[in-house]
Amino acid sequence: MKPQDLTESLHKHPFLSNMNEELLRTLTSCASNVIFNEGTYLFHEGEDAKTFYLLRSGRVVLEVRGGERGQIRIQTVGAGEVLGWSWLISPYKWHFDAFALEQVHAFAIDASCLVSKCETDCHFGYEMLRRFSEVLERRLEATRLQLLDVYGSAIGERGENY
Amino acid sequence: MTGTSNIEMRIGSSPSMVPSVAIVRRVIWETDDTYTLLIDPPRGDGRTFAFNAGQFNMVYAFGTGESAISISSDPFRMNILAHTIHRVGTVTSALSRLRRGDTIGLRGPFGTSWPIEEAVGKDICIAAGGIGLAPLRPVIYTLLRRREKFGRIMILYGSRSPLDILYRVELEEWSKAPNTEVIITVDRGDSSWKGHIGVVTSLFSYLKMDTPSTLAMVCGPEVMMKYTCEELERRGLSAAQIYLSMERNMKCGIGLCGHCQFGPKFICKDGPVFRLPQIKNLLDKKEI
Ligand SMILES: Cc1cc2nc3c(=O)[nH]c(=O)nc-3n(C[C@H](O)[C@H](O)[C@H](O)COP(=O)(O)OP(=O)(O)OC[C@H]3O[C@@H](n4cnc5c(N)ncnc54)[C@H](O)[C@@H]3O)c2cc1C
Ligand code: FES
Repeated sequence: MKPQDLTESLHKHPFLSNMNEELLRTLTSCASNVIFNEGTYLFHEGEDAKTFYLLRSGRVVLEVRGGERGQIRIQTVGAGEVLGWSWLISPYKWHFDAFALEQVHAFAIDASCLVSKCETDCHFGYEMLRRFSEVLERRLEATRLQLLDVYGSAIGERGENY
Repeated sequence: MTGTSNIEMRIGSSPSMVPSVAIVRRVIWETDDTYTLLIDPPRGDGRTFAFNAGQFNMVYAFGTGESAISISSDPFRMNILAHTIHRVGTVTSALSRLRRGDTIGLRGPFGTSWPIEEAVGKDICIAAGGIGLAPLRPVIYTLLRRREKFGRIMILYGSRSPLDILYRVELEEWSKAPNTEVIITVDRGDSSWKGHIGVVTSLFSYLKMDTPSTLAMVCGPEVMMKYTCEELERRGLSAAQIYLSMERNMKCGIGLCGHCQFGPKFICKDGPVFRLPQIKNLLDKKEI
């Protein structure tokens, strides 16, 4: 894909909606198109987080290793969503395994390229952090709700409502 | 809201304090702790039993007690009444022990209903959590029966785990209806589950809604409804486009005892279905 085409398709991703042309071009220089086949891992827990992904199609499930409980699936991420922010936060290691439930088409953004752009262009850096903070806030909210176990099923386990 | 306007009869004698006897035709276990009672509706004075989607009955387990339970059957099938019940305590456990041919007491139908007439010509987003799908099932039946009258139908359903999903076969059937999407998510999945994992609010990122022409109907645990309403508003729906069904402990079911009071409202007669602005300020209050 030519850089111009890549910029245009990146622009369509909800994570980058309304981002101005110049910042998009900066991001494009760190981006590439990737495909993962169904049944393959995008990354594993503990590996260096060198990339993040903007999913265009397909679905990825995040798994944690639960010892004798085996792999525990905690969340799915799908088209239009962002996968991975461990590249942003020390120690820059993945906290989950990411497994493709279907064939996945995504933009892969190279983290070291992105970090260097963020450091040299504060406006770009701020814009990326602002967008990531929104994603983080939404995920935190969703995790809280998930932890509340609002549909609690056993007698005496439920909350106020049913 | 249409309330009880097209009700041909109420079960029980006026003012609906005395239950009528109804016979259990079948008990279907939907999950480990949730079952559907299929009941022969009582037909006082030879009239049919009619209800509006969203209404509830007071269901009496003889010798144990009474609980408010939404009607989960098809309003157009008047020969059978269904209640889908989550076994949580004394009454719902007693009801779970019923068998074919046993009797229960019924009073109702009570309360307001989902805004089906207002939804004509619009897209409809139904968001249900857990057993909150039960009060919405009559809406889905109605919309699909009159499919051409409505725009796109989006059914979002969140459940605790794949084993807790209600009405599996029907969800599958509904997803095949024209211009109808069914998206299910679970809070916890295992490796055999290929669907979504995450809270029901996360499903909105997979939908492009035409917000000005969408009406949302939400039912589930209160905290789930609160977050869902916030998400709908974030996506551009106004509060007036959102309806939800509330719950409180009930006794009389007809606005006399005050048990179900929710601020200035009585859930049994002003609700259970409310338009969001009617109760928005109460949703956030701890002491309500
Ligand atoms: C309008 C309306 C419609 C309802 N529809 C359904 C339905 O379709 N299916 C269904 O399974 N349940 C429904 N419910 C909830 C149902 O009424 C209660 O779960 C039931 O009364 C519990 O009775 P119990 O004797 O089994 O539990 P209890 O022994 O009384 O209580 C067990 C636990 O549940 C809590 N609890 C009891 N009643 C309620 C309630 N109404 N709301 C919140 N917490 C409660 C108690 O505080 C306690 O923690 C509805 C409630 C209302 C108000
Ligand atoms: S249950 Fe008695 S007033 Fe509502």
